[in-house]
Amino acid sequence: MAVMGSTLARATVPLDRASVILRHPAVFQRHLPSLLLRLALCGGCGGLFLYAIYRLDLSLLRTLQGLGALIHFVGLMFPPTAGTWGKFLVYLHALGETVAIAFLGTLFAAVIALPCGFLASRNVMPIGVLRFLMRRASDVVRGIDQLIWALIWVGIVGLGPMAGVLALATSDFGTLVKIFSEAIETADRRPVEGVMSTGGDSLQVVRFGIVPQVLPVLAGQVLYLFESNTRSSTIIGIVGAGGIGLHLSEQIRTLEWQHVSLLIIMILVAVTAIDAVASRLRRSMAGHAGEPAVSR
Amino acid sequence: MSSALQRLPEGQLEPLAKAYRDAVRAKRVQVELGVGLVLGLLVLSAGITQFDPLLFAANAHRFPSYFVRIFHLESGATAWSDPSEWFWGVLPEYNFRWLWSMWDTLLIAYLGTMLGTLGGFLLCFMASANLARSRAYVFVARRSLEFFRSVPEIVFAMIFVAAFGLGSLAGVLALSIHTMGALGKLFSDAVENIDMKPVDGLIATGATWWETNRYAVLPQVLPNFTSYVLWRFENNVRGASVMGLVGAGGIGQDLMEYIRKFYYSDISALLVLIVSLVVIIDILTGRLRHFLLGLQPR
Repeated sequence: MAVMGSTLARATVPLDRASVILRHPAVFQRHLPSLLLRLALCGGCGGLFLYAIYRLDLSLLRTLQGLGALIHFVGLMFPPTAGTWGKFLVYLHALGETVAIAFLGTLFAAVIALPCGFLASRNVMPIGVLRFLMRRASDVVRGIDQLIWALIWVGIVGLGPMAGVLALATSDFGTLVKIFSEAIETADRRPVEGVMSTGGDSLQVVRFGIVPQVLPVLAGQVLYLFESNTRSSTIIGIVGAGGIGLHLSEQIRTLEWQHVSLLIIMILVAVTAIDAVASRLRRSMAGHAGEPAVSR
Repeated sequence: MSSALQRLPEGQLEPLAKAYRDAVRAKRVQVELGVGLVLGLLVLSAGITQFDPLLFAANAHRFPSYFVRIFHLESGATAWSDPSEWFWGVLPEYNFRWLWSMWDTLLIAYLGTMLGTLGGFLLCFMASANLARSRAYVFVARRSLEFFRSVPEIVFAMIFVAAFGLGSLAGVLALSIHTMGALGKLFSDAVENIDMKPVDGLIATGATWWETNRYAVLPQVLPNFTSYVLWRFENNVRGASVMGLVGAGGIGQDLMEYIRKFYYSDISALLVLIVSLVVIIDILTGRLRHFLLGLQPR
């Protein structure tokens, strides 16, 4: 910086590009290996991109035609309407069903995952094999998408919201066991030792040493999952598992675009509302959970 | 050293005990209210969804038996007793059918990620309050990004299937629209947190808007961007695996066919393949991210 300043101050040094390069060669020198690496990376990504277009048989013509159709459809979406009030009430009921599916699914998952979360935690479960099995089971359950779970449950209990509840409960079970066990493993050891020192057995250690610490954290996570479940429960209806997704896919299939736009707006409003309520609740709970952390 | 526990005189003890009882009662009332609320909502939701516990209890045994069934071949033998029968779709005799489906799924995710990254990258500079040339740009860009990521990708996929026809194109576009929304937000958040001194420096030299972004902004945010893109690719592989459920290409198409037609052992084989694909991609992108982080301080 100082050198630069004095150079400018003298103002006799030529400032054209060539002479600047001559005076500061290091700045302008291209580092060949990194340049080659960058070229190879870009070439590889671009090549794979072109290959993918070829392999998936994506043609420009079809894309343009489709874009035309899409613009046409978007034009047909306005103004959003349900046609009749009766239909609108049907949609509202389906929306209520969607939120109810999310609520039940989250609740069931939480109730089942709570004991399993303890079984998957190092500081509670001394038997390694059991812990390992629990964790792998939750990994596998998590690896399967909610929509696939919905499809499977529809095959088992038939079409309807029950399949949706069970699908959400199953896939959340996997998520919650992982989150719960992580929260439990990071719990403070001191209350545990305190309970042990008074002669508490292992069940009492869990009940009085660990549960009070982790419960607010777990409740926050469950609420967060409820938020994300309202999003996913809007779509599981696509495979017949109840809720507003069923109507959405029906209206798209019959090309009733005004209904489609109304349904999308209803979904967005509901999701935003649930988000707002849940995140406020979560924040107030985090306030309670924050107290012991401060006194530590 | 034995010392008897001293009991306080009644007069002193009473207010303390009362304060303790009050504190405990307040908490208990709070918990009871919470539990009551949850139970009320439970009954309400069960009513709305017509969730019949008795029906569920009567059918609950079907869940494990379904899983037992999908791990058995048509002949009744366990699936792993004859891997070539179980995983017939990966054999050369059937043209590696499932492997190609998985490869297509990966390519759909890749294309969706690339296109979405491109869109999000272009939009993020407009959606960042510290760089955009007008507040109107920021508002419009932010709201549209919000819309793109709030509508589930499978909904986009259904609409695109109607517009572009069945096939991978709809899946690619649906993933890229959603990716654009998600990455555009993350990108612009990163851009808004940069050090503004290089930007001021370049503006002082008379650089254009594009040059400023290229030489002052990009070097600061590129590492962040790369890791976001990798994270998004992971998500898109999951997303691409279900695109087939609405006819938008990938392995989901096979899976839906098998579930609908009750080809039990094929269902389990595909589930195993999908889960392993997702896990492998998670591990690989995790490795790549760490590798890139290691390269960073140059």
